[in-house]
Amino acid sequence: MIANVGYFVLVMTFLLALYGAGAAAYGALRQRPALVESGRRAMLLTFPLITLSALAIIALLLGGEYQVEYVASVTSNSMEPYLRVTALWGGQAGSLVFWSWLMSAFASAVGLRRWSRDRELLPWVVVVTMVTLAFFLAMVVFFENPFARLWLTNDGQQVTAMFQPGGTVPLVPADGQGLNPLLRHPGMVIHPPMLYLGFVSFVVPYAFAIGALVTGRTDDRWIRVTRRWTLVAWLFLSLGLILGGRWAYDVLGWGGYWGWDPVEIAAFMPWLSGTALLHSVMIQEKRGMLKHWNMVLIIVTYALVIFGTFLTRSGVLSSVHAFAQSAIGPMFFAFIGLTFVVSLSLLIRRWEALKGENQLNSMFSREALFLLNNLLFIGILVVCFWGVIFPLISELFTGQKVTVGPPFYERATGPLWAGLLLLMGVAPLSAWGSASLRALGRAIWLPLAVSLFLPAYLVLSGTVTHWAALLGFWLAAFVGLVTLYEFWRGALARHRRAGESLPLALWRLAGRNRRRYGGYVIHLGVVLMAFGIIGIELFQTETQGTLRQGEQLTLGGYVVTYDNLRQWDSIEEGVNITRAEVSVYRDGKFLGLLAPRRDYYYVAQQPMTIPGVRSSPQDDLYVLLVGWEADPAAGATFKIYHNPLVNFVWAGGLVFILGTLVAAWPDREPEPAGQRAAARAGTLRPGREAV
Amino acid sequence: MSTSAAGGGRAKFLIGGGLIVAAIVYLIASSTQAAAQYYLTVDEVAERGGEVLGRDLKIAGAVIGDSIQYEADTLTLSFTIANVPGDMDEIERAGGLAEALHRAVSDPNAQRLQVVYVGPMPDLLRDEAQAIVTGRLGEDGVFYADELLLKCPTRYEEEIPLQAQEG
Repeated sequence: MIANVGYFVLVMTFLLALYGAGAAAYGALRQRPALVESGRRAMLLTFPLITLSALAIIALLLGGEYQVEYVASVTSNSMEPYLRVTALWGGQAGSLVFWSWLMSAFASAVGLRRWSRDRELLPWVVVVTMVTLAFFLAMVVFFENPFARLWLTNDGQQVTAMFQPGGTVPLVPADGQGLNPLLRHPGMVIHPPMLYLGFVSFVVPYAFAIGALVTGRTDDRWIRVTRRWTLVAWLFLSLGLILGGRWAYDVLGWGGYWGWDPVEIAAFMPWLSGTALLHSVMIQEKRGMLKHWNMVLIIVTYALVIFGTFLTRSGVLSSVHAFAQSAIGPMFFAFIGLTFVVSLSLLIRRWEALKGENQLNSMFSREALFLLNNLLFIGILVVCFWGVIFPLISELFTGQKVTVGPPFYERATGPLWAGLLLLMGVAPLSAWGSASLRALGRAIWLPLAVSLFLPAYLVLSGTVTHWAALLGFWLAAFVGLVTLYEFWRGALARHRRAGESLPLALWRLAGRNRRRYGGYVIHLGVVLMAFGIIGIELFQTETQGTLRQGEQLTLGGYVVTYDNLRQWDSIEEGVNITRAEVSVYRDGKFLGLLAPRRDYYYVAQQPMTIPGVRSSPQDDLYVLLVGWEADPAAGATFKIYHNPLVNFVWAGGLVFILGTLVAAWPDREPEPAGQRAAARAGTLRPGREAV
Repeated sequence: MSTSAAGGGRAKFLIGGGLIVAAIVYLIASSTQAAAQYYLTVDEVAERGGEVLGRDLKIAGAVIGDSIQYEADTLTLSFTIANVPGDMDEIERAGGLAEALHRAVSDPNAQRLQVVYVGPMPDLLRDEAQAIVTGRLGEDGVFYADELLLKCPTRYEEEIPLQAQEG
């Protein structure tokens, strides 16, 4: 019953989305505002409808209605209610519905804004969001139906169908298969929705961009309207990536957080093009340049968002993220290809109207540095894309599948990341417009020289001798210094001018220009992450060994002693738990107990290794229980990782997100259109203050 | 700004941009060369034999549960994988990855390959899992893996549990 209602509502919503897109487009072309309004209302109506459908799935999941195939494949009797609810995005069909639900929510939010100053864009925003929504709903309605049920034919065959086929009886499994234990982690529960939120929010700026192209309203309106959307999309993508890394670190038991897996890269690519876009729209707003480029970036980002959704949900590429393959692959490719071609032809049609208002004057102006930043981000994007599709290309041309692993990505992107770090330090000191190398050099030499103290100290104290690490630490220190100096300079100026106390001046400074100082906070987060990534990538050490009770292993200055091991069944969770206790010492001082575990899930027939971790600001001691003898006192085997600076990655991630929140917070800034007009007339002196 | 200055500036930027693009292309090409791994099935490894000795390989196959041996003292893991078709369509025709893996393991005539890996025993290693191993083939015909990825398609989706009952 619930399943029938849910499916019916999905079909209705699909038709409604098609109607909305059609009505809005027709209304706009034939100048019939009433039809456009009808399309907008259809768009608003999709949200409550999909909500109903999603609630139907949740009800089935909570009720353990295992006749529904989706419910049987992602939940089981032993799962807690909250995990059952989150199983909505635990499988392919459900996550497509979840995606559609987010899409309709954002489309409605956009539909309800005030459209007074840009009403001509409305019909096209409706068209783009509703076509995207209809595509995802079509996937659910025709290919991946979350409401399909299990039936048993007379000759014992199991079939899946929405409605009872003739000569069958309903098949109701006693228990479902459940979510993989590895995925039952808070990080994994929040990580997919975060990525999806990021993916879906990027559709909104794309919709406005297409609106601008279709209507010929090629000023900055679309950028101004969607700036916050872009930031929010970017915020969620960043959060999703960071949480995914944390999950891998906590759960996968290899002491790493990023494995250059195709599915990770699929989420990373729209982040890269989005980051490039966030920087280059500033050039358009301030200098009226790069208008074509920004259009290309948002079109590419949209294509990557759809591609990312597809990659995470198909079996085209081998990946640890094992999801079943399905028939929807070709559909996704057709949709991506079609939207891409249409978008690009619209862009070409408006090419002339999007000519820049200024030209690059100096290699060392801020806009030139931003352009370079874009080149590097796109370079990294190309590296990633190449790595992901290389197996397919090589197979196509040589008949031999050749893959590239993490070393490829590390080697190819390493210099590009270093270049980005350097730019992050240089750009804030550069001037808009005509800038000279000499002026830039004057601003830069001092922080560059001061930051040399860090690598010098590290070499002289003998802590670090690795050249790449020294270079990385130097660049990161340089960026940190420049960024902090920017805060200091701004706050000091306010302090002197207005007599505010320094903390108050700092607060007001950031509050007055949230975007700029939020951006700087993000840069500080990147600096911290850079320290952490260099630390764990270049200085991670490991050891392993089988210990009798009381014996010890030594790593990174820590001594780990094996105390005891216990094994018991936890009936309610359906788990057998083996838990060892080890004592950690440093310099003869007892630091604490760690309890690495191995849980065995009976239903899933799968063990799960849970590390014992001791965290401190400078490092993590990460202990895994690998095996044990029948008599635990006689021996248990441990693998231990020493991960220097890894917590800088998480701390940096936190700062990064905080910075994004600051930048995305509603800002009472004046419309900078006047500023640009002034700049064009030459009344605004190009200089560091003209930001 | 005069036209000539703008023109000269333009050339400067084109050269600068061209150099960066060239650098990126070089990075991609050289890294591809340095990190390329042939992705083979167990059948293909057997066919090529000596030709692929000592080269970086990536091999996918189905894990045979009975062959899994683990020496905890030395963290040495040894198991055998059976050939699974490399072609997606073929897997699709077999009824999905789970089914293809099941067939590979139950077929006594399927080509097999012994794999040795040093490290903690992965949680997902089990009978009929898909193993994707990266490493080199030794003279002794054993594959020495430095990296081991596992997929258990049945665990995520597809098949319905065996304890299904008529209702």
